[in-house]
Amino acid sequence: MLDTGLSTSSSSRIQLETGAHAGVPSGPPLESQLNLKSNETMQNREWMRSLIRDLRQKRDVVRVGGGSEAIARHKSRGKLTARERIEALLDPGTAFLEIGALAAWEMYDGQAPGAGMVAGIGVVSGQDCMILANDATVKGGTYFPMSVKKHLRAQEIASENRLPCIYMVDSGGAFLPLQAEVFPDRDHFGRIFFNQARMSAAGIPQIAVVMGSCTAGGAYVPAMSDETVIVKGNGTIFLGGPPLVKAATGEVVTAQELGGADVHCRVSGVTDHFAENDEDAIAITRDIVANLNRSKLLPFKVAPTEEPAYPAEELDAVIPADSRKPFDVREVIARVVDGSRFHEFKPLYGDSIVCGFARIWGMPVGIVANNGVLFSESALKAAHFVELCDQRGVPLVFLQNITGFMVGKKYENEGIAKHGAKMVMAVSNASVPKFTVIIGGSYGAGNYGMCGRAYQPRFLFMWPNARISVMGGEQAANVLLTVKMDQLAEKGQSLSAAEQDEFKRPTLKKYEEESSAYYSSARLWDDGIIEPQDTRRVLGLALSATCNAPYEDRRKGVMRM
Amino acid sequence: MNMKDRRIQKLAIANRGEVAVRIIHACRELGIRTVLLHSEVDQATRAWRLADERVCIGPAPSAESYLNIEACVRGALAGGADAVHPGFGFLSENAAFARAVIDAGLIWVGPPADAIEAAGDKISAKKLVADAQAPTVPGYMGEDQRIETLVEQAARIGFPVIVKAAAGGGGRGMKVIRSRSEAPDLIASAQREGQAAFGSPVVFLEKYLDRAKHIEVQVFGDFTGEVSYLMERECSVQRRHQKIIEEALSPSLTPELRRAMGEAAVRLAEKAKYESAGTVEFLLQDDKFYFLEMNTRLQVEHPVTEMVLGVDLVKAQILNAARAFQVWPQESLQARGHSIECRIYAEDAYAGGLPSTGLLVGTHWPEGPGRRFEVGVEAGDEVTPFYDPMIAKVIVWDESRLRAIRKMQSVLADSVVMGVETNIPFLREMLAHPEFTEGRMTTQFVGQHFPEGLAGADYLARRHNDLTRAFANAAKAQASRVAGEAMGGSDPTRSVWSTPWRLM
Repeated sequence: MLDTGLSTSSSSRIQLETGAHAGVPSGPPLESQLNLKSNETMQNREWMRSLIRDLRQKRDVVRVGGGSEAIARHKSRGKLTARERIEALLDPGTAFLEIGALAAWEMYDGQAPGAGMVAGIGVVSGQDCMILANDATVKGGTYFPMSVKKHLRAQEIASENRLPCIYMVDSGGAFLPLQAEVFPDRDHFGRIFFNQARMSAAGIPQIAVVMGSCTAGGAYVPAMSDETVIVKGNGTIFLGGPPLVKAATGEVVTAQELGGADVHCRVSGVTDHFAENDEDAIAITRDIVANLNRSKLLPFKVAPTEEPAYPAEELDAVIPADSRKPFDVREVIARVVDGSRFHEFKPLYGDSIVCGFARIWGMPVGIVANNGVLFSESALKAAHFVELCDQRGVPLVFLQNITGFMVGKKYENEGIAKHGAKMVMAVSNASVPKFTVIIGGSYGAGNYGMCGRAYQPRFLFMWPNARISVMGGEQAANVLLTVKMDQLAEKGQSLSAAEQDEFKRPTLKKYEEESSAYYSSARLWDDGIIEPQDTRRVLGLALSATCNAPYEDRRKGVMRM
Repeated sequence: MNMKDRRIQKLAIANRGEVAVRIIHACRELGIRTVLLHSEVDQATRAWRLADERVCIGPAPSAESYLNIEACVRGALAGGADAVHPGFGFLSENAAFARAVIDAGLIWVGPPADAIEAAGDKISAKKLVADAQAPTVPGYMGEDQRIETLVEQAARIGFPVIVKAAAGGGGRGMKVIRSRSEAPDLIASAQREGQAAFGSPVVFLEKYLDRAKHIEVQVFGDFTGEVSYLMERECSVQRRHQKIIEEALSPSLTPELRRAMGEAAVRLAEKAKYESAGTVEFLLQDDKFYFLEMNTRLQVEHPVTEMVLGVDLVKAQILNAARAFQVWPQESLQARGHSIECRIYAEDAYAGGLPSTGLLVGTHWPEGPGRRFEVGVEAGDEVTPFYDPMIAKVIVWDESRLRAIRKMQSVLADSVVMGVETNIPFLREMLAHPEFTEGRMTTQFVGQHFPEGLAGADYLARRHNDLTRAFANAAKAQASRVAGEAMGGSDPTRSVWSTPWRLM
């Protein structure tokens, strides 16, 4: 039959497309040209290490949540902290891929470190799960706008990758002073429960562990879950707490009588499992996950893992401190992929973008990496390669460092806009999992073509040096200055060099601040800032997590452009 | 009695718990059958299961079973035993029991009755000590027991003064008198307790050493009259005169002091015509040692001595009773490394050491090199309120004291007892205290630093870290092994997860 290759089910498609034998090298090894002993490299390294130190300091701030006093108060109730709960839940000796760690950084006067929750993917009873734990030491675990965004992002990841959700609830509900930014809109508080309902319908288990309060809207987290655990004494669930009940009806009732573990396990049936304490609740939760009856069906064959020939630690020496200086992105690829092996695609064509096949932790990937500004040829090559990966069921990794598409008469006339659009079209419609790491700049339409946040990569991470904005600050200031000068020229006026600098300063300052990786991560424009040397690990974990969802069918051919 | 008659083929154990298990093990290694003499409630304990034969000697209260001489002798005879080991506690230091055993034609595994009397009774022991020229704490042990006389004597000695029941032990009937005004009441109270607990109101007084260390010398005499000392143990960590942590050797002795104390202990044992295992307890303050008392039995803490010297005191006791033992020559006894024992009590460390009883749901003792567990109860056994709450002893050996402390910390952290509360959290706190780690602890250590045990909100959170978490972790590790096996086959990407990597 002629159309066999087009109409196969996803499972048979996998068989067709994993003809390459696991264990056969993915390509020749890259050869690094990096001179680690040169002055310049050493300076670059010093610069990147200072950025990493800064990142670690910021993480240290976030890690303690609401601070030692709040933690001591929290613990005096016999509770574990959010991070301890997660540690206790995970299988021993396994990794945890945290997301949105620096959410709400420098927002809300620094009142909401981590946006008041810890979220990430970890292995529980052998099963990859999305875990969300409210941090009650941060404003009682209440939801700031960024908390809602982080919760929804975690659910989105769970939904796209079919990861069971475990909500470790200890929250007072919405942060009331900011209710207008938390409650009413589509992607606000209510969406949490909508997502729970939809995921439950899609067969993605929803599990709630009530380890503190679940008040008002928060009560719906356990109520909307498939299976729930509640901790004796500390866990409570009610639509209205004792003060509200008294005000509304005059009834005087204790929190435990109103919605404690006893009530909900014996009387109301809102919860299913009664736990003596946090540890007990965690043990029960592990048993729940052990009984989910799920298995991970891999969409590809996995080769034995091979460490890169060049150590990941050297990644801190690759990026020039001066962002205008070019570097060969293959130096990055060589320190991320298995055996530093890279089967490059169209190496002689459109060389400002580097495309090719490789493996990460034994899993096949197609890599698209910037090596300069995007020209028409680079966009066409990338579009072709993305379609190729999509056809083969090979996940895509974008290493983003892009100032944008080339501008100017020659390029506009040759139709760079439509060629760029092909790349954006291919990326948007590729159904294989996509992963984006911003290793340098992320500006303008380059962000689109290289699978920025709007293009729904399954995960997007940034290096601490990364910058993201519609264009560079200097460019933006110059554009605004040119417009201003043109206006002034019409009136026969002009600006002195000093006045020009003065005019540009606020724009430069604003762009400097808003384009930082921390500004981005605080607002969840990304899933986290990672140390360059962790790139391979993070991509490996993310790739493995995406294997929980089957790949979609693809019904179009590869267009040679 | 000729040599052949002294052969022991079946030994009765007039005791219970971990020491009964210890004796059963020794007998089994010697090819001797065992008869466990037990009370009605001790029918499902580890010793009961391990013994070759069992004879029930009476109801739960010790007075009607383990302290009942007649019942014990009858039980031993009924069981067909030819020897009796009394263990420690109960009737182990009771000369009348020793005589009753011998009169019944059985072999007594322990010191001769006369030696028990000479060295064990505190007042006669003091006389013995004078003969042996061992230093004693200034005190009064006169026969005039009138309160006025005792108060006068206390004032002469100089406060603080300790008043003790002459027939007592284990801290009962002991009081510290800090001033003349409180002396009459405390003396009267000690007399009452002595009467109630030991049947004698006779008390004696001695100077109370307020920063002394408890150092005890292990001696062993064989039937030929040879006595050696097996170095010392330090047992300064005590609560209400109950030892909690013991170690060998003491970190506080110079070789000269060690020899001086050892030789004093040997002189004492020789004067008492002592045989078998015994312990001479001293207080040590400002490099001066004072005789405290002699224990004419095997000690709870004997394993630390066994660990550093490489000996088996229980086997030595049995072989000596069988006239088949010669004591280790003094010069052959060289200590190596360091050993610590922690007594695991079934008590609520967070409630001032309140006894905790009930069904033992589960235990886990983390085995490993240099670790020894003397365990009296297992999962499924009941911890009853009738007896001493000690359910196990954890003993470690390592090359240095610091390593031994670290090992003990690690062993206790991994030990799990489910069903009853234990003092494990308390032990861990004490082991971590700088005064202990630096070896500076005195008998005041617990009273000064842990007057209320671990009671208090600060420790509430830790409670979770100890029992429940340890158990949860053990269960979790087991579960994830199973899950890993189940998932591992279907997920070849598992390797990327199998490291405790954290983003932050």
